[in-house]
Amino acid sequence: MRNNSSKDNYELVVVKDLVKYFPVRAGIFQRVKAWVQAVDKVSFTVREGETLGLVGESGCGKTTVGRSILRLIEPTSGSVSINGEDVIQMRAQSLKIARRNMQIIFQDPYASLNPRLPIGESVMEGLHIHNVGHPKERWDIAISMLKKVGLEDYHARRYPHEFSGGQRQRIGIARALALQPKFIVCDEPVSALDVSIQSQVLNILKDLQNEFGLTYLFIAHNMSVVEHISDRVAVMYLGKMVELADREELFRKPLHPYTQALLSAIPIPDPTLKRERIILKGDVPSPLNPPKGCRFHPRCPWAIEICSQQEPEFKELLPGHWTACWVAEQNL
Amino acid sequence: MSAAQVASLSAETVTIEERTPFQIVMTRFRRHRLAMVSLVIMTLVLLITILAPVIAPFEVQELSVNKYFVPFGTVDEETGRVHYLGTDQIGRDYFSRLIYAGRISLTIAIISTLISELVGIVIGAVSGFFGGWIDNILMRFVEFMLTIPTLPLLLIISSMLLRNEELIPIPEPLLRFMGNIMLLTARDSRNAVLIIIILAGFGWLNAAQLMRGMVLSLREQTFVEASRSLGASNYRIITRDMIPNAMAPIIVDASLGLAGYVVAEAALAFLGFGIQDPIPTWGNMLSASQEFMLDRPWLPLVPGLPIFLCSLAFNYIGDGLRDALDPRLKL
Repeated sequence: MRNNSSKDNYELVVVKDLVKYFPVRAGIFQRVKAWVQAVDKVSFTVREGETLGLVGESGCGKTTVGRSILRLIEPTSGSVSINGEDVIQMRAQSLKIARRNMQIIFQDPYASLNPRLPIGESVMEGLHIHNVGHPKERWDIAISMLKKVGLEDYHARRYPHEFSGGQRQRIGIARALALQPKFIVCDEPVSALDVSIQSQVLNILKDLQNEFGLTYLFIAHNMSVVEHISDRVAVMYLGKMVELADREELFRKPLHPYTQALLSAIPIPDPTLKRERIILKGDVPSPLNPPKGCRFHPRCPWAIEICSQQEPEFKELLPGHWTACWVAEQNL
Repeated sequence: MSAAQVASLSAETVTIEERTPFQIVMTRFRRHRLAMVSLVIMTLVLLITILAPVIAPFEVQELSVNKYFVPFGTVDEETGRVHYLGTDQIGRDYFSRLIYAGRISLTIAIISTLISELVGIVIGAVSGFFGGWIDNILMRFVEFMLTIPTLPLLLIISSMLLRNEELIPIPEPLLRFMGNIMLLTARDSRNAVLIIIILAGFGWLNAAQLMRGMVLSLREQTFVEASRSLGASNYRIITRDMIPNAMAPIIVDASLGLAGYVVAEAALAFLGFGIQDPIPTWGNMLSASQEFMLDRPWLPLVPGLPIFLCSLAFNYIGDGLRDALDPRLKL
């Protein structure tokens, strides 16, 4: 267990009012008929050296947040600054330089490696693009990165299809690390893996964080994984951030009804233990046409009148504990 | 990093047999019996045409006076050379002409294939990768071209180009180079180069559509996104991520294309719009022999056989490659 107070409080990543709407085109002229509001005014910060867990169910926009921060998707509006530099405003050349500091680890280890490149070359790719050293040095760096994630030097000339899912995920980690970035978006890096392999990959991520002082944005939908790796946790629902707090605080005393429902859904390996489960009624509404007011109100067990009319603000209700909920605000 | 450097780096660590994708494909290809037989036949045909000057007993244009239509295996009394396949209507050695013709016909087919696949790859990749109006313009043009029936257009264009030398100026060194490959003078190789331009000019359409489709699906792959997040340029993504991964269908298309070009060249020549006698090609040998085919049926059969064999062999090789390159089939 890591100690938060010893952490540097420098905010490496600052995301402000990030918005991403995807156009829905239809008809012969391909006119925009509607907008999918994948991410709507999301703001948060990631402190240097910490792991911010980002959770939410499928389609809530957590992956879109991760990719927009890295400009793999162009956000509709908002600002993202990494290490004091505004990533959104950057032009191609400065963005290329900035990419050295921000990397991503993907969910699907089977699709994230070029099947025609030996894995050593895949790991070297970033070094080549950024002209780091000469070919021999790049190869040495690639080998040392592979060794860091538990592979051997003779693996470097093999092709991705010769590796298992867990090994490939570690190769993906080595590739992301080769440029020695400061900030890494981990986009559900373990959800495609066997449970036995998950902890192995999580431990590698933790070890590397300690060794290189990395900052992670850890996207996941598995609460246990998030509890294991995060320092702070953010919860998203339908494109909005609903709660953000220190891990212990959030797991012990969730303020938002959605977070409470999520936490009550974590399976506990003890059949004798009875506990109250909060079952949410209905489905997640479509992000094409999200509910007015609080986006959670049609499913919320606490909903009052104001919830369907006015959107709650994302506020710091307790020190370091942010929530967007009218009822939680009143109850305090 | 070059292969040599990789090898030198890892010389001491090689303990396990490495199998590159190429080796896996070769293992699978060897299981395809017809394709292997075809490969052997094509290798033989290519060897014979490459060694044409060594093998051919007579010169291409060498006339044997008063020896028209001599039967197979006739010996020339003065020099002792053998007319293995007899002679044609004006006393030229049929076998010698056949293998020189093969050299020209196959060169046309191979180079047309190379050019059309190359153009197709570039245009298809650009179209699929950049999308938008570039894609629209390029693909509508390709579709328009594909709606035109090819053979009549080929006939019109080839008769236009072959008769007006100044229409398309071809640089002299290129003509000389092509002439060396086909054992023709620079002047004679002009027509062959024009035929290549015409055939490739229509051949790239399919390759471009194929490549565009591959690029469209590859564009959504995670490893392309990974390259982007590493800061790779579009050029690097296309050359390193897209093209190598799209090669399998292109290789298959190329081998099937070879078969098509052998036949197309023969068809053009047969209809009298290709390369003209006295330069031999399989097509114009076929064409010249049709007058005599009722009395001497072997005359069209002799050049017809290699056309048939080559197109069949290229098709089987294409089939074999298609199976071998399909990643869904595990070995």
